[in-house]
Amino acid sequence: MLTRRQQYEARVRRRAMLVAGGSTLAVLLAIVVLVPFAPGWPAVKKSFFNAEVFADTFPGLLNAFLLDVAIFAWSAPMIFALGLVVALMRDVRAPAAYPVRLFAIVYTDIFRGVPVILVIYLVGFGIPGLGLPRPWNSPYVWGTVALVLTYAAYVAEVFRTGIEGIHASQRSAAASLGLTEADTMRFVILPQAIRKVVPANMNLFIALQKDVALLSFIGPVEIFRQAGVYKSLMANFTPYVGAALIFLAITVPATRFADYLLAKQMKARS
Amino acid sequence: MARLEARGLVKSFGATTVCRGIDLEVADGEMVCLIGASGSGKSTLLRCLNLLEPIDDGVILLDGEDISVPGLDPLPVRRRIGMVFQTYNLFPHMTAAENAMLAPRRARGVTREEIGPEVAALFERFGLADRMGHYPDQLSGGQQQRVAIVRALAMRPEIMLFDEITSALDPELVGEVLDALRDLRADGMTMVLATHEMGFARELADKVCFLDGGRILEEGPPGEVFASPREDRTRAFLRRVLQAG
Repeated sequence: MLTRRQQYEARVRRRAMLVAGGSTLAVLLAIVVLVPFAPGWPAVKKSFFNAEVFADTFPGLLNAFLLDVAIFAWSAPMIFALGLVVALMRDVRAPAAYPVRLFAIVYTDIFRGVPVILVIYLVGFGIPGLGLPRPWNSPYVWGTVALVLTYAAYVAEVFRTGIEGIHASQRSAAASLGLTEADTMRFVILPQAIRKVVPANMNLFIALQKDVALLSFIGPVEIFRQAGVYKSLMANFTPYVGAALIFLAITVPATRFADYLLAKQMKARS
Repeated sequence: MARLEARGLVKSFGATTVCRGIDLEVADGEMVCLIGASGSGKSTLLRCLNLLEPIDDGVILLDGEDISVPGLDPLPVRRRIGMVFQTYNLFPHMTAAENAMLAPRRARGVTREEIGPEVAALFERFGLADRMGHYPDQLSGGQQQRVAIVRALAMRPEIMLFDEITSALDPELVGEVLDALRDLRADGMTMVLATHEMGFARELADKVCFLDGGRILEEGPPGEVFASPREDRTRAFLRRVLQAG
């Protein structure tokens, strides 16, 4: 038997769900009914939502997407490692190591300040232009390096806020036990900081997953490039829609997962 | 000779002078209680004593040796002086046992296996034998504070500093932490406490120091300081504290 309050809350909830469902349905209907009235709709439908073209190109797109996954998979750990190193370099206090600190500051300033696509062009075309032997002249390699350099700068900043966010009392406790500064960082501060910034880093890696497509501008035939090839072959834009769907299939669940981690962390802290 | 001694200790944070020339002597095996209002300099004095804060003037002597020389490596000193904080400050990502083993492992280069029995004995001694595998957030405040005591003791310190270690606890948990202090006292540990537990200080301290405005205004055996304080300010402070609690 429900209490009076539970009955009331159930009633409120039912009504809220009805209203939300109804209004969503109305908006969807409006789009489905009204958009086809647009004068260009038949042409757009034929060139963007062509079921036949979609079925023909989708397997090839999926196959090309494997290259995106591969580039992501081997750049992500490098970004994590380089980001961590740069974050730690900014924390170095010894006067003799000042150049190290300065380098870290200049590094993050530059790579956060320049658009990714420019870094990809400069590194991806510039370095192979030095006439290095195979495989060191591959735009695939240097394009990935460009992604790593750019994203490591962002990840370093995230780590740094994480390190600075650990309460001073933890450093006091470690110092009172006679731990060295290096041990304090390694065993006390970093493990907590890295855990704290997992959601923020997740969001960066989701952005990276999408930016891998930028490498298509310098050569590697990954999904975006492949979609372009199909577009030219079939004179139809549907492959781009297919590519977008494949990205969404990865990034939406990943984003939800990051949100879930963040919510869990907020709850644990309160 | 005093184990630990401060002479004319001055400490400022920016324009605020917190300790204005403190003289303190702690003899071997003695328990000294620092009392006084919040902001009177008790915590800062303790943090200066184990070199968590560099002092501006005066000297600190450990077994007669000046440890306040600017530029001196503080690590060996900190390893000889243990400290427990008001807010426990356990490492939240480590189990109670890992908390206690980290510093000895790193400082003395011993393995978990080598230090294990000694640490287990400490947990046993303070009634925490079944809590070694727990994380701090799975422990009550009283248990966390006892783990913090164990963690400091695992370094085999010669002197222990306690900074209002019962102030953040729920009233019903204060007793178990004070019992841990009694245990240490009976064991002959040299201790300096900043505390608001007047009953405890009266019962166990060898010496009570009343701090006011960054100076030790009055000091003596608890019987004297509590029963017949010489200074008006001491009297006023004790009256306020005893009325409140």
